Amino acid sequence: MIPISWYLLLSATLFCLGVVGFLIKRNLITIFMSIELMLNGVNLSFVAFAHQWHLVKGQIFVFFVMVVAAAEAAVGLAIIIAVFRARATLAVDRIDLMKL
Amino acid sequence: MNEPLYLWLIPLLPFAGFLINGILGARLPKWLVTALALIAPLASFAVVANAARATSAGAMLPHAEGLQYRWIDAGLLHVDFNVVLDQLSLVMLLIITGVGFLIHVYSVGYMHDDKGYWRYFAYLNLFLFFMTVLVLAGNALLMFVGWEGVGLASYLLIGFWYQKTSAADAGKKAFIVNRIGDFGFLIGVFLLLANFGSLSFSDIATKLAANPGWTGGILTTICVCLLLGATGKSAQLPLYVWLPDAMEGPTPVSALIHAATMVTAGVYMIARTHFLFDRSPLALLIVAIVGAATALFAATIGLVQNDIKRVLAYSTVSQLGYMFLGCGVAAYSAGIFHLMTHAFFKALLFLAAGSVIHGLGGEQDMRKMGGLRKQMPVTFWTMTAAVLAIAGFFPFAGFFSKDAILYAAFAQGTTSGKVFWFIGLFTALLTSFYMFRLWYLTFMGKPRNPELHAHESPWSMLGPLVLLALGSIGGGWIGAGRFGEFLGSSVGYKAAEAGSSQLEITLSVVAVAVALIGWFIAHRLYRDNEGREPLAAAPGYTVLAHKYWVDELYGAVIVKPILAISRFVLEWIVEFAILGGAAWLLGGIMTFSGAILQRWQSGNLRSYAAWLAAGAAAVLLFALVSWNTVLAHVGIHLNMAGH
Repeated sequence: MIPISWYLLLSATLFCLGVVGFLIKRNLITIFMSIELMLNGVNLSFVAFAHQWHLVKGQIFVFFVMVVAAAEAAVGLAIIIAVFRARATLAVDRIDLMKL
Repeated sequence: MNEPLYLWLIPLLPFAGFLINGILGARLPKWLVTALALIAPLASFAVVANAARATSAGAMLPHAEGLQYRWIDAGLLHVDFNVVLDQLSLVMLLIITGVGFLIHVYSVGYMHDDKGYWRYFAYLNLFLFFMTVLVLAGNALLMFVGWEGVGLASYLLIGFWYQKTSAADAGKKAFIVNRIGDFGFLIGVFLLLANFGSLSFSDIATKLAANPGWTGGILTTICVCLLLGATGKSAQLPLYVWLPDAMEGPTPVSALIHAATMVTAGVYMIARTHFLFDRSPLALLIVAIVGAATALFAATIGLVQNDIKRVLAYSTVSQLGYMFLGCGVAAYSAGIFHLMTHAFFKALLFLAAGSVIHGLGGEQDMRKMGGLRKQMPVTFWTMTAAVLAIAGFFPFAGFFSKDAILYAAFAQGTTSGKVFWFIGLFTALLTSFYMFRLWYLTFMGKPRNPELHAHESPWSMLGPLVLLALGSIGGGWIGAGRFGEFLGSSVGYKAAEAGSSQLEITLSVVAVAVALIGWFIAHRLYRDNEGREPLAAAPGYTVLAHKYWVDELYGAVIVKPILAISRFVLEWIVEFAILGGAAWLLGGIMTFSGAILQRWQSGNLRSYAAWLAAGAAAVLLFALVSWNTVLAHVGIHLNMAGH
């Protein structure tokens, strides 16, 4: 049986990839995908622990996260489309109206 | 004596009247407001009268009763909430509730058309509440409560027509001037507490009696402080300035508060604490000097006033001076005797003046009156009785009491006593003159203003006039001697005060002769007066007409500097330094911190994300590293409760 530390390591790797992608990417859609990557990294941890301790709660939690992620994807893509229509760009460096 | 006297009802009945009329008065029908306002003082009077009956007209007094519970109990300070009835407070209560009731009745007619009818009666009942508390109080602190309370009621009633600037100003003036006196009173109370360890009058009297050698010294200081309080409340030099202005209030208020009762509180207080004054000849001398000086000073101003109420106001100040003079020569019973007769005739004078003002539709200038004796016969005859009483004609009330004071001063045997007697006598001349001047200008001659059509007042106003006239005529027949013996156990009566010697009769004849001279001069000058002032050319008239410029002097020496300092403190220290400074400081902190924190608000999504990640990492780190371990490492041990 694969020890849980491997799952956690993979989960952490995925999460960090998401964070780094979020921080360094300019394209709004890529950033959005990075968020999904972080969420799924966390999901992996949940599933791993649920499996480890034979508890169903972790798996249920994953479903909640997926539902929220799906909802977020719908709203987020709508916002991205609206932003693209307004600014004709998806580069976050240029979407800086809030800057002082 | 086992019969309960229900003394606590005396103040509480008017207070109930105040609460009901004060809270609900605007919604109650007028007859109910009237009924409530009248029942309260009448019921109080009934309780007082019952107390007088039950104690065989005061023979079995003093009687302490009622709310005997500890009011303040802090460390060494013990103050009881006790009411005490003795001969002195019995006399005062009869005057306050009796004359008070008559003036309430009068007010029903006088204030009939006023918008603030209910408010007026609420205030009037409130005044009676505080005044009876003042008189019944068995200790100095409770007396101070009443003392301040009557000041409040006086303020509210002087400024009753608050839409008039002059009335509002007069109210403020009365309140502020009284505050100066109250300050002295309060210091006196503190000194009493510090030196006697008690504020109860009977305790202090007992302690003094146990130390017969204790005179002067701190007692003089206490007495002078108390006297300062009395000069404020009783409008004596140098704090008399508020009383003439207090005439801005409705006339019945002037009669009740500013003639018959409240302004006599100072005299009452001195009589109440006479055991202190008896131990300080210097303080007594000061009381006598203040009284004599005020009597003369105010009478001279009264000579030339043209406003009918102002003449009476200065006359009140002057008569109060007499009472102080009586107290100052240790003839307290004579002072209280004059207080009683004065309550009758001065209340009557004010009410009759109010009737005249009412009948003339608000006219107060005597130069525009004249010839009213035919149009207002009842007012005229009652006023005549009062004028004869205050001028000191036998057998009217003022004759007996004024002579008692003058005789007591003369009988002192000292030079100062004779000087006081002479000042008193001269003041009697002036009093007779200005009262008959008022009488002639108002009632005699022909009407000087044809546009004014006088009408006699309703019977609700004339009834009290008639009753008070009876008091003004017969109030003195009890005689200073019998009155003094009655008050004796309260205020320490000396038989020499009354006497029936040849000397007293001689002095009485002189006093009446002097009053006749005053009448004669007034008769010559004002009998057929056409409205011009025959004294206008006399030397000193300008000085008197300007009231010695005392108001101007106080304004320049006291009011203006205080105003300037206050304005400086307000504008520069409070407004600029404190408020402005605080505003600038707060604003500055916000601007400065904002200038630093705004760098975070870069608008750059990735920088936000980076901070977010850094924050999350910091929280994680915090959770991972045991905080307690870190603290223990640097030597701090958090002692968690129970662990």
